[in-house]
Amino acid sequence: MKLRVLSDYPAIVVLFIWMLGPLIATIYYSLIRYNLLNPRIKGFAGIENYEFLLTDFVFTDSIYNSIQLLGSIIGITVVLGLLISYLLDQDLYGGRLLQLVIISPFFVMPTVSALIWKNLLMHPVNGYFTYLLGLFGLPPIDWFADIPLGSIIIIVSWNWLPFAVLVFITAQQSMSLEIKEASKMDGAGHLAFFFQIYLPHLGKAIGAVVMIQMIFHLNIFAEIFTTTTGGPGTQTTNLAFLVYRKALLDFDIGGASAGGIISIVFANIVAIFLLRMIAKNMNSD
Amino acid sequence: MGSINLVGVSKSFGDVLVIPSVDLEVNEGEFVVFVGPSGSGKSTLLRLIAGLEEVSKGRIEFNGQDMTNLAPAKRGLAMVFQSYALYPHMSVRENIGFPLKMAGMPKSEIAAKVQEAAKILNLSEYLERKPRQLSGGQRQRVAIGRAIVRQPKAFLFDEPLSNLDAALRINMRLEIMELHQQLKTTMIYVTHDQVEAMTMADKIVVLDHGNIEQVGSPLDLYRAPDNLFVAGFIGAPKMNFLTGGEASRHNATTIGVRPEHVQISKSSGLWTGKVGVSEHLGSDTFLHVNVEGQQAPLTVRTDGEVQLNYGETIYLSPEEDKVHKFDNNGKAIR
Repeated sequence: MKLRVLSDYPAIVVLFIWMLGPLIATIYYSLIRYNLLNPRIKGFAGIENYEFLLTDFVFTDSIYNSIQLLGSIIGITVVLGLLISYLLDQDLYGGRLLQLVIISPFFVMPTVSALIWKNLLMHPVNGYFTYLLGLFGLPPIDWFADIPLGSIIIIVSWNWLPFAVLVFITAQQSMSLEIKEASKMDGAGHLAFFFQIYLPHLGKAIGAVVMIQMIFHLNIFAEIFTTTTGGPGTQTTNLAFLVYRKALLDFDIGGASAGGIISIVFANIVAIFLLRMIAKNMNSD
Repeated sequence: MGSINLVGVSKSFGDVLVIPSVDLEVNEGEFVVFVGPSGSGKSTLLRLIAGLEEVSKGRIEFNGQDMTNLAPAKRGLAMVFQSYALYPHMSVRENIGFPLKMAGMPKSEIAAKVQEAAKILNLSEYLERKPRQLSGGQRQRVAIGRAIVRQPKAFLFDEPLSNLDAALRINMRLEIMELHQQLKTTMIYVTHDQVEAMTMADKIVVLDHGNIEQVGSPLDLYRAPDNLFVAGFIGAPKMNFLTGGEASRHNATTIGVRPEHVQISKSSGLWTGKVGVSEHLGSDTFLHVNVEGQQAPLTVRTDGEVQLNYGETIYLSPEEDKVHKFDNNGKAIR
């Protein structure tokens, strides 16, 4: 039988063009000299763009920052998310309303939330945090200068905590009431129940939350752009922001493309090690 | 070691009064069955004893001590749930050992106790399996195992057999009775199935709308039901009720005759009727007979080999000394 790819697998063909087109273009640009500020420099560059990038200290910083952002945000959202959803699972008065309030930050778009935090909460002069610190006679913190990466982690975590809570709440609803009651009869208190029954029950949901956040937080951009623009120095420059800087601040298309390719490789390394581990865990039962 | 006393226990959920007031004594080592239709409050009563629901009014005493406000785990009771409520991510060994682990027992001791319980319940080969790898009957046994390792003062069973198929149900019924003989621990068992109640119980508590209708041994309830509800609920097939002339002949508003206490004859008898549907069970045949002057057909038990055709006329006579009489409040006249 003759294989007629175009007519038998149209979706796959479209997908390949969709996927491979930009990838091939990026690989091509990453191998040539292409700077918008100096059109006369051109021609095949070989691995020059990569070499230039990989030896740049900004690049190592950005990798390090990317990992820090990823790890901290996922850690904070999962731990706090578990605690909050466990609390919401108890028979609280007004629990429904509380649930809605807790989930609402998810509807705020990243640029807006970053601006709210920057100007309303974390502003060193007019910010609410400064006011609160002042109540105790403490000096104000200049958040984006003193702990720039930490501030971004706080903002993104605030934005994404509802996502974790939402997934965990949904997952915990599948736990039968009889299991909770059985554990009560067996003498499990809150701590024992949380660690020995609640956490294992939510294993898959935790895996899903980590996985999805990993995909999204590798390219955090809006929060960095609206607050610190990668600074001070390179302290909040992650891979995505580095590519932006190369392309649209340095106008170095070749270098930016090389950065893009490297971030694809980086993302794949993360994917291969972590996603597979989690996916395996999720399929195990 | 395990007597339980309910004194004026009542329970309401919000404005809904589920159990008006219950007084009940469960003696040490007794097998007590709470039986009633769905919504009769039997499960709620069990959950009150377990401590999973708070008592609205009244007292629960174990061995004469007030336990009304004690946390479930502190009561020294073990419960077997309808859905078994096994912890899905734990192996059979961990499931059975969980209450002991929570009690802070040393590991070696837990292992020994789990081993022992597994032996009693024929689970030794399955200790490393997860609940989802077990059959319904095995899961049930694990749930029972988790209950017995704690050596509780009493076992509480909440419709434990209703998720099993018929053959397995009869098996597990025997196993639970066997277990009771071995352990001699007080057991309270909730079911809607009057056959389970009759076969297993030392003492049956018949409940309806949260009220205790009658308490007694299975045969007491069968021989002398206190009221129409108990008369209709205990015994299978159901007791036949007749009203009108037949009843007033006995100076009663309603009379009841069990299907097994009616003689049939092809020639003469007290009542004339036409044979309706008949159910052949092999050992017995249940005939539904439309008796003149009665709206509902009477069920009559006869032996398995009887040959009667649909529409045939037959004559029925109740055994007079086994006719139950009830007044217009549904109470038995004795």
